[in-house]
Amino acid sequence: MSAQEYAFVVIALVGTVAAVRMVTAKNVVHAALYLVVTLAMVGGVYLMLAAEFVAWVQVLIYVGAIIILFLFGLMLTKAPIGREALDNQSRGLALLIGVGVLAGLIFLIQDAFHWRDAKLQTVQATTGDIGASIFRRYVLPFEAVSFVLLAALIGAIVLSRKDEKA
Amino acid sequence: MVGEIAALAPSVFVKDAWLIALLPFVSAALTLFVGKRTPGKGSVYGITAMAVGLVMSLGVLWHFVNNGGPYEANVSWFQIGPLAMQLGEYVDGLTAIMVVVVTAISLCVHVYSLGYMKDDVRYTWFYVVLSLFTGAMLNVVIASNLFQLLVGWEVMGVCSYLLIGHWWEDKTNSNAAIKAFLTTRVGDVPFMFGIFALIFATGFTTSNIQVIGRTVAEGHVSSALVAAAALLLFGGTIGKSAQFPLHVWLPDAMAGPTPVSALIHAATMVAAGVYLVGRLFEVFVHADAFVLQTVGVVGAITMVGAAFLAFVQDDIKRVLAYSTVSQLAYMVVGMSMGPAGRTAGFFHLFTHAFFKALLFLGAGSVIHAVHSNNMSEMGGLRKKLPITFWTFLIGSLALAGVPPLAGFWSKDELLVVADETGHTVLFALLLATALLTAFYMTRAVLLTFFGGYRGHDQPHESPKTMTGVLIALAGASIGVGLLGAPQLGDAVFGKWVFFEEVEKAVFVPWIAGVSVAAALIGIAFGWLVYRTHTERDPIRRLGPAYTLLEQKYYMDTFYMKGIVFPIRDKVSAAVYWINQNVLDGAVNAMAPLTKLVARVVNAFDRKAIDGVVNGVAETAGFTGGLLRYVQSGNVQRYAAFLFAGVVIFAIIFTRV
Amino acid sequence: MIRLPLILFFSAGLFSVGVYGVLARRNAVLVLMSIELMLNAVNVNLVGFSQLWHDLTGQVFALFVIAVAAAEVGIGLALVILIYRNRETININEVNLLKW
Repeated sequence: MSAQEYAFVVIALVGTVAAVRMVTAKNVVHAALYLVVTLAMVGGVYLMLAAEFVAWVQVLIYVGAIIILFLFGLMLTKAPIGREALDNQSRGLALLIGVGVLAGLIFLIQDAFHWRDAKLQTVQATTGDIGASIFRRYVLPFEAVSFVLLAALIGAIVLSRKDEKA
Repeated sequence: MVGEIAALAPSVFVKDAWLIALLPFVSAALTLFVGKRTPGKGSVYGITAMAVGLVMSLGVLWHFVNNGGPYEANVSWFQIGPLAMQLGEYVDGLTAIMVVVVTAISLCVHVYSLGYMKDDVRYTWFYVVLSLFTGAMLNVVIASNLFQLLVGWEVMGVCSYLLIGHWWEDKTNSNAAIKAFLTTRVGDVPFMFGIFALIFATGFTTSNIQVIGRTVAEGHVSSALVAAAALLLFGGTIGKSAQFPLHVWLPDAMAGPTPVSALIHAATMVAAGVYLVGRLFEVFVHADAFVLQTVGVVGAITMVGAAFLAFVQDDIKRVLAYSTVSQLAYMVVGMSMGPAGRTAGFFHLFTHAFFKALLFLGAGSVIHAVHSNNMSEMGGLRKKLPITFWTFLIGSLALAGVPPLAGFWSKDELLVVADETGHTVLFALLLATALLTAFYMTRAVLLTFFGGYRGHDQPHESPKTMTGVLIALAGASIGVGLLGAPQLGDAVFGKWVFFEEVEKAVFVPWIAGVSVAAALIGIAFGWLVYRTHTERDPIRRLGPAYTLLEQKYYMDTFYMKGIVFPIRDKVSAAVYWINQNVLDGAVNAMAPLTKLVARVVNAFDRKAIDGVVNGVAETAGFTGGLLRYVQSGNVQRYAAFLFAGVVIFAIIFTRV
Repeated sequence: MIRLPLILFFSAGLFSVGVYGVLARRNAVLVLMSIELMLNAVNVNLVGFSQLWHDLTGQVFALFVIAVAAAEVGIGLALVILIYRNRETININEVNLLKW
């Protein structure tokens, strides 16, 4: 295990623990904050994988905007506090399925890679290359995503309007 | 001899002899349907049929007069397995004789009834049944196979029943009719079994009489079977011809109108039993000797017993009835003496038909005049009913056997045969009965026509339709005997009726003398006893013997008390009890049983079958009720299943 | 130098946790957050494989996923707020009009 791997493992663990805490927190705001930690760690993973543009976009969008959205949402809906309020009865089944999914995925990964040394040779990918890729090869999905964002924008506005009394 | 007889081709009369039997049926149907509307109320059809039939019968006889041979024709009707049922005619000399007798007597009776049955309440029906009866008798005589004969036999029995009970408003008459029918029935059962035995002997192939005769003659049949068949057949004769012990019906049958008595119970139906024995003579001859001996014994007992019974009768018709029984026994005795006796017996049948019919019709004339049957209410009628008297006298002398009247020749032949075949006992009995016959006939004549009139009516002579017939029959009684007389050439009658060999009629002077003597002695006795006419019948002086005879040897009492009443009372009651309680009880028990079964089935249907059906529905509902919980509305639940499914699919698709 | 399976384990772990969160949480907003977690796991996967093949497609795709996730969160929260306005609750168990 190289140094990068150690660093990665630490970041990954922190992120995982934070994620677990997020889904088991009794306080919604705590959950949101734990999510922040997780997202930040994910961003860190991106950096380690030499995908700096993605990392910064992650931090910018997720940590910066989306979490704020969540916090506003929690505030506006006056989410209650407490275990009974936040977790439903089928926690057992959910745990089972979660573990099942994990087991399945691990099985698949093991089946595919068998601990072979699929070492990643990190190659610096410059932002310029990504930009070029977006605007050349993937310009169509890019435009489509813009439409999606536009639709989401309009939709959010429309949906949040107060109903006029008819 | 036989070959030369067979040489003559059958004339149209012989070939179509079956028409003679068909005509009366046609006339019966016509009388039945349109009789009431034709002038004369239907009598014309029967008379025409009989007249035509007589002419045709004489045509048939002519064939045999000219030495013609027998003729047979059969039509196949249907087949039961190997047994072929046929309709056919067998015409030989015997047939010719019989059809002449039947049609002649029937014609006489038809004409006589015009006067006798005038203003009767059921005039047309009377003629219908008369024609029907005649058709049946002719069928019996012409039939070529036993089943056809049996059909005619049974129809005759029914017609006899109908005619005896013609005036059924009086219970006595209907009782007599039933007695006649049942008693002859008792004889018919062994007769039928005899037929079956003979059919069995031919291997179930046919009931044709000639075939049966040949089969028996060739000796292929076991002697036990032949003897059994012969005795069983004779049972029919005992019933139909009123021999001992089934003779009891004939005197009571006198309850019917006198023309009926003349036709059926004197000349024709009762002769059918004798005809049966003669027709199936092959069987009797080839049976063990004891069969014919039994026949002879039965005949002898009847002959003498009935003659004695005729002594004590007050009813003139009953005298004649017992006389008929006795004379039939003569014929049976004749049959028992072998082939020669057969010819003699049939000759006696031939002559007896005429003079017995004459006697009955004469008695009918007397009864018509004095409106009573009892001789104690008659007397001195010879001046008032002259034609009746003279014809009756001729008939009585013929019956007694006085030459040259018909009866003498036939009785003489029987005596000759008895002597030739060595039947001494029968010879003596025949002779004795001739004496007795003469005695009781003299008694009847004297009581009826002589002395003072003891009755209360105004007797007068009968109309011409009746007296004309009497005169004709008297002429026959005088003449027909000569047909079998030895003096007249070469045995004319014997040429017609013979068994295997033509029988020559032999004249034996001493036998003739003895028989004449017996007749004269009988007449003399009768005259001695009855010439003074006391109020009380002299015969009563016999005391206990008289009582025995009057009670008919207590046979009727025995039959009634010993057989009829127990069956009527005890057996019927027992059968009735069984029917009500056991049979009806079983049937009635079915009802609650069925109800119980129905209830069980209902319960089963409701619980089990409906249960299954309902259970299916309930299971479906139950399963649906369970499955609906899947639709919880809880999105997370849905997502859970989704993720589980995805993982499983992922594994399957990548690994498999 | 980082072995790929480790990255994939990390991704798998995040994903499973996200699955648990989706299924176990009662609050709609928390469910949305768990969904975001799952999306991030997917992104990690994509970027990891992108490094393996030295192909930028993975990173570009990850960018698009982020963008779409953002849009989705926006709409999702708008819906949650609407529900809250109508029902005074964002308890998922109580939003079950599609129940039998």
